[in-house]
Amino acid sequence: MTETLGKTDTLVREIAGTTHAPPPPTRRRRRAVAEEPGKPWMIHVPLVLYLLFTLIPFYWMLVFAVRPAGSTQLVPWPISFEHFDTVWNDIGFGVFFYNSVVMGLGVLVFVTVLSVMGGYALARFKFRGQRVFLLAMLCSQFIPGAMMLIPLFVIFKGLGLLNSITGLVIAEVAFQLPLSLILMAGFIRNISVELEEAAMVDGCSRLRAFFAVVLPQLKPALVAVGSFAFIGAWNNFLFALMFATRQDKFTLPVGLSYTLGEFNTDFGALAAGGVVAAVPVVLVFAVVQRFLVQGLSAGAVKG
Amino acid sequence: MRTRTWAPYALIAPTLLLMAVFLVYPIGSVVYYSLQRYNVTQPWKNGFAGLDNFKQMLFDDPLFWQSLAFSAKWVLVEVGLQLLLGLVLALIVNETFIGRGVARALVFSPWAVSGVLTTGIWILLLNPSTGIFQVLSEWGIGSPGTSVLGNPDTVFDALVVTELWRGVPFFAILLLADLQSIPKDLYEAASVDGASRWRRFTSVTLPHLKDAIILSTLLRAVWEFNNVDLIYTLTGGGPANQTTTLPLYVARQAVDSHNFGYGSALTVAGFLILLFFSIAYLRLSKFGSRA
Repeated sequence: MTETLGKTDTLVREIAGTTHAPPPPTRRRRRAVAEEPGKPWMIHVPLVLYLLFTLIPFYWMLVFAVRPAGSTQLVPWPISFEHFDTVWNDIGFGVFFYNSVVMGLGVLVFVTVLSVMGGYALARFKFRGQRVFLLAMLCSQFIPGAMMLIPLFVIFKGLGLLNSITGLVIAEVAFQLPLSLILMAGFIRNISVELEEAAMVDGCSRLRAFFAVVLPQLKPALVAVGSFAFIGAWNNFLFALMFATRQDKFTLPVGLSYTLGEFNTDFGALAAGGVVAAVPVVLVFAVVQRFLVQGLSAGAVKG
Repeated sequence: MRTRTWAPYALIAPTLLLMAVFLVYPIGSVVYYSLQRYNVTQPWKNGFAGLDNFKQMLFDDPLFWQSLAFSAKWVLVEVGLQLLLGLVLALIVNETFIGRGVARALVFSPWAVSGVLTTGIWILLLNPSTGIFQVLSEWGIGSPGTSVLGNPDTVFDALVVTELWRGVPFFAILLLADLQSIPKDLYEAASVDGASRWRRFTSVTLPHLKDAIILSTLLRAVWEFNNVDLIYTLTGGGPANQTTTLPLYVARQAVDSHNFGYGSALTVAGFLILLFFSIAYLRLSKFGSRA
């Protein structure tokens, strides 16, 4: 490593054709050479353009949410909370919010636990039917969720799971599990097996070795898969729309679509409902996105 | 470590059970329905139909072909642009600059609000009376009252841009994750050998990203093909069926016409098409051959 760095430094000096004595290779200079940053405008111009594209829609929603009905100000002042009062209390977003939180956490717990179990089986054991199992999970990604609504509806009716958050959690877990499990298996495969074996030689049971050695290294993957699961559940629309017909079982997306149709012209209510639905998930995302990228880069995307 | 044991079966048992009940059984019943005449509004006609539904679909239904063609166009344009922009975005936020953490959180954030919320936000932005085009026209850009979603000439572009808004971050996150796993030494070695910036990108970065690009493109293509919520809530498939995708057509057959038999046949067709392209794609790219 140091040797390469030294060579690079020499090379850069040669290319630059320095006639006077080269400056001592400081830490700072070395890092700059190693990472070869582009020209600042190559980063900043496209980044600012993309930020505008990303943020203007969010800003539009915020403006609609906090300015009084009928106003067309682009910078709303004074700020009014009338739309929030309407959606939270009159339309019932308070209840939808609670349902979404319960469902999201339920899906998070089950998807994480089950994908760790299954991922460990795929990564650490060789068993009969392994390839078929993996192939079946890959194939499940080709299933159009929207096209399965009719048979699923019949099943849910039979099991008495319509209009229950439990039912929504089960359906969402079933659909999310295959991909999460594949990601988790990839991650566990990347954790070296030697420490685990050493622990078992020292007399640990496999279970104890898992909790002591594997689980601590799994943290980024747990955060990545868990937040994927929560965000997916929070945004799920089709299942919630089909399987929850009673308003006290609505989740936020269903409530929002109801606002879209029912109050076609009340953009204020739509925007305030949107803010209520967006804020928690964007906050969660802002906090975990670092771990998300880490968790994925630890080999999980390599299938 | 690899011994004969019941442990792996116990570990995958809950997953198997869930998949059997909520994925395998529903697929089976869709295949069964596709061979039936099964319409809730005309129960006296119900019964075994053999391949009649498929014959009707292939030879007698221009809307099937039209929706299939639109689906293909949608997937090609959408996934192609998402891949390109996602790669550029990932490369940008992989560089070192002040405020990188905040920039990442911001540009990735639309991915967190997919679905109905995206639709809601863009309806606010695009509505003709108080949306962005109205404001721009007040500033002298464009004409007032522009309705991009109601106009047959612009509706496709509006849908594409909306879907890009939430889709590009998905690619960018996955590709950024993979960019970060490239050892720095490779770039240093390439620099030593005198490789230009572009050469380093094509000879080091792209080959390393290959698997991630294949996997994310495949997943995204399938998801975009199956995507219903955005198009359904923004245009409803209109104007004049112009933006009807295959899944939307299925939903309309099933929900509006209660024609479960025919809708199921369309579903089977969609599933077979996806399966065919996915297998071909995985074969061609030799995905997973390293394992």
